Amino acid sequence: MINVKVDMSQCQHYGQCVLEAPHVFELNAKDRLEYVAQVADDDREAIEDAIDICPMQAISMAR
Amino acid sequence: MTTLPVIVVGASLGGLRTAESLRRSGYDGPITVIGDESHLPYQRPPLSKAALHGADDALENLTFAHRPAISDVTWVTGTRVVSADLGANIVTDDRGEVRTFSALVVATGVRPRRLHVPGGATEGRYALRTIDDARSLRDVLTPGTRVVIAGAGFIGCEVAATAIGLGCDVHVVGTTAVPMEAALGHDLGAAMQVRHEDHGVAFSMGTRITAALGHPYLAHVDLADGRTLACDVLVEAVGSSPNVEWISSNDVDATRGLRTDSAMRVVRADGSPHDNVFAVGDVASYPHPHHGIESASVEHWNIPTETAKRAASVMAPMLAGDPSHLDVAATPFAPLPSFWTDQYDVHLLAYGMTRLADRSTLLAGDLAGECLVGYYRDHRLVGVCGIGMTGQMLTYRKELMAQPLAAGTAA
Ligand SMILES: Cc1cc2nc3c(=O)[nH]c(=O)nc-3n(C[C@H](O)[C@H](O)[C@H](O)COP(=O)(O)OP(=O)(O)OC[C@H]3O[C@@H](n4cnc5c(N)ncnc54)[C@H](O)[C@@H]3O)c2cc1C
Ligand code: SF4
Repeated sequence: MINVKVDMSQCQHYGQCVLEAPHVFELNAKDRLEYVAQVADDDREAIEDAIDICPMQAISMAR
Repeated sequence: MTTLPVIVVGASLGGLRTAESLRRSGYDGPITVIGDESHLPYQRPPLSKAALHGADDALENLTFAHRPAISDVTWVTGTRVVSADLGANIVTDDRGEVRTFSALVVATGVRPRRLHVPGGATEGRYALRTIDDARSLRDVLTPGTRVVIAGAGFIGCEVAATAIGLGCDVHVVGTTAVPMEAALGHDLGAAMQVRHEDHGVAFSMGTRITAALGHPYLAHVDLADGRTLACDVLVEAVGSSPNVEWISSNDVDATRGLRTDSAMRVVRADGSPHDNVFAVGDVASYPHPHHGIESASVEHWNIPTETAKRAASVMAPMLAGDPSHLDVAATPFAPLPSFWTDQYDVHLLAYGMTRLADRSTLLAGDLAGECLVGYYRDHRLVGVCGIGMTGQMLTYRKELMAQPLAAGTAA
């Protein structure tokens, strides 16, 4: 499993990550970011893409 | 025989993403990244925003995290590449060291253009691109300092917002009718100007600085409309020039950035690609077939990442001698530019090529608050801009992504 973490003090709720890994990140009805904190190893590349593109560099992951 | 390295020139976002993407694309040979700054790749966008008024560690914490996959990359910092010979596959640095490459990646970005005006002032004039620039500027943005900003684009406006927050007296001088007009259009630009004015920023739009007077310390600037503004600091945010001089004597097209094909391979004057020379990020001028544009660079933060991934996807099989790289190179490539800007409590996000628009329309909300603006060229949506409303923006982003590629324009 991979642990995903978003630094919510940095996140601006832009939703770029949602486009890279829609099954992990989501904007809720109030346009606030919600995400799944534990994902399967297969999702590594999608999470890396989300990390790369996040304007606030707010996302990190650890095994 | 040792394997020759892939050499990346420019150790910033584009260079970092190239190294990462090469590993992800399966290339496991040597990679050397050469950069003239003394720092490893770091985030530039905060330099005009939070990091400019933050404590000293705000500038130290901008370095990008490095993935384990690139732990064996050789970083050569503080070293400027002064020339390249694409026939001999070599680059030469400012210490005279000559390195041979298997493939070359140009990730040298752009530098701020400077004002060439008379008046004698050499001290008190600043530009903003690097951590070192941000440090020098931060030291002078103290309460009561009179700051004139030349240029009302994103960087100029971000610095204005930051400087007023630091207690400076701020005056923006721009050649357009409203700030950020090229990217945001007239109406949203005007609404942003009102927000700035509410915070105390003064504007002189539709004019330019014609002289920076002082010997050597800046005392005032003259404007084309005849006025004079007394000031202590002049920030020059008047656009950028690509860093291409070191490679431009080769058979390349460096008239506006370094021209590439849609596989990010640097092309010759006749349009044919160099098989092992790529360009990524701000310096690269690449085709935008869905807009019918043959070649243009896009200085937005997602482009170094997208173009580096593209370049690596072609380069890795090419270096492995796998002919499939030609098929990869022939697949369409049309990354959607995205940019954002933070000014005061306004977080503005945009997708697409808003500067191509001939018309913009308010799609939802209120220009003075949260809003969504659509940008059209020949009645076709080319971009969307939003303050808040990110959920709705994603819908328009999908529409932009779904647009078919115009046939016949792919280079
Ligand atoms: C103050 C500021 C704020 C910004 N804010 C935003 C924003 O809010 N949103 C957004 O979308 N974008 C923003 N940007 C733009 C974004 O930062 C750039 O698009 C991005 O940095 C481009 O990355 P790059 O790697 O292509 O080029 P660069 O980051 O310019 O890197 C090129 C590197 O190559 C080095 N180099 C140049 N020539 C040589 C040579 N001959 N030899 C060795 N090294 C060389 C340079 O010193 C530099 O380190 C901002 C930029 C700045 C400066
Ligand atoms: S991309 Fe980054 S800033 Fe945007 S919603 Fe995701 S985590 Fe937040």
